[in-house]
Amino acid sequence: MTVAVVDYGMGNLRSVAKALEAVGARVSVSTKPEDLRTADRIVLPGQGAFRDCIANLRATGLVDALTQEVRQKGKPFLGICLGLQLLADVSYENGTFKGLGWLSGRVERLTVNDPRLKLPHIGWNDVEFQETPLAAGLKKNPIFYFDHSYHFVSDAPDLVAASCEYGGTFAAAIQQDNVFAVQFHPEKSQEVGLGLLRNFLNWKI
Amino acid sequence: MLKRRLIPCLLLKAGRCIKTIRFDSIRDVGNPITAARVYDAQGADELIFLDITASHEGRDTLLDLVTQTAEQCFMPLTVGGGVRTVADIRRLLAAGADKVSINTAAVENPNFISEAAAVFGSQCIVVAIDTRLRAAHDYEVFTYRATKPTGHRPVEWAQRMADSGAGEILITAVDRDGTMEGYDLELIQAVADAVTVPVIASGGCGTLQHLVEGVTLGHASAVAAASLFHFTDQSVIKAKSYMKSAGLDVRPA
Repeated sequence: MTVAVVDYGMGNLRSVAKALEAVGARVSVSTKPEDLRTADRIVLPGQGAFRDCIANLRATGLVDALTQEVRQKGKPFLGICLGLQLLADVSYENGTFKGLGWLSGRVERLTVNDPRLKLPHIGWNDVEFQETPLAAGLKKNPIFYFDHSYHFVSDAPDLVAASCEYGGTFAAAIQQDNVFAVQFHPEKSQEVGLGLLRNFLNWKI
Repeated sequence: MLKRRLIPCLLLKAGRCIKTIRFDSIRDVGNPITAARVYDAQGADELIFLDITASHEGRDTLLDLVTQTAEQCFMPLTVGGGVRTVADIRRLLAAGADKVSINTAAVENPNFISEAAAVFGSQCIVVAIDTRLRAAHDYEVFTYRATKPTGHRPVEWAQRMADSGAGEILITAVDRDGTMEGYDLELIQAVADAVTVPVIASGGCGTLQHLVEGVTLGHASAVAAASLFHFTDQSVIKAKSYMKSAGLDVRPA
């Protein structure tokens, strides 16, 4: 099982690659379209501000190959954190920036209705999954590590595969066909995170 | 519900894990990778590495430690020590750090925090604030391992850093460092109540009850500890269980 981790110069690629290796994947950290073509699965990690992330991703010239492999050929895909947000139509993080538009919806700042709740939303929080093979074998309401101020608001609520509470409910995971994307960091969520990554490797579309 | 975090803090020098008392009297306490693996296995919520090696070669040693840790521990890692440029941040993140902690450079270059937050996002920028007590109820921010007074007051400085884009504040009472007398709750609470970003309490934790107080009385989102784990028979597992029995919402170890 070969997994291409898309390298666009932003964030914790190494952690993502190592976590995937820990659950048995052969990982290629990829800056070339052919790596995406030969891989069995594709992971888009991400850390940073939306503006720089989307600009860097476009600058790699990988967007076409990514779209072809994931959207046309239907390769299993996992987006992590900014790798989820980049799939949106638009982000309102410090301006207005166009995303890849794979998922219908927008990225907005979290709003918390309780002044005692701090932002960014940093730390471990309960995640409630809908029925999905990606959560197979995880304990009920597993706890994952989050580190973000912005979140994806889906135009299609039925695509929300998991939700989380922080001053309101937000989408912790989105599933649309062969695309799975999470706001939390499975690569930093110890055993439960590795469990989700293992499920991604075993995911049959 | 978001859990309160327990964060072992490892002070590093030349690739070794050390411990100080009031930022002085250095003692070697072991191999940082071994320590990180133990904390990971015990279910620590995050790790903080603060490196005080003041040399160029030290930077490579630190990057190597971060790399090795990130290869073995699938948990959040914050790394600080000599972070002065966007390139420094990029190197640490590429090695496997999730967040960077910035201290002296935030004071010396007021634009650095906003610049860093614009590139990497606030969620990855921690501002570390070292304070000393000047007189009763009067604290001052210090830099350069607490040797240089800045004239800043911690509450105002924390607010300014949060406004500039810091996503988290690591507040340390230098006078409590290594004393195991408990957090400076007056300081922690004043800062935690003054900012809208999460605050990590640091300096002085010596008992499990101190961890609880850091949250209940200090209002911290996370509590950091070093001596507690180096010099007592307390573990992350025992600490989590104690915090839970005190009514705090923590992630089970």
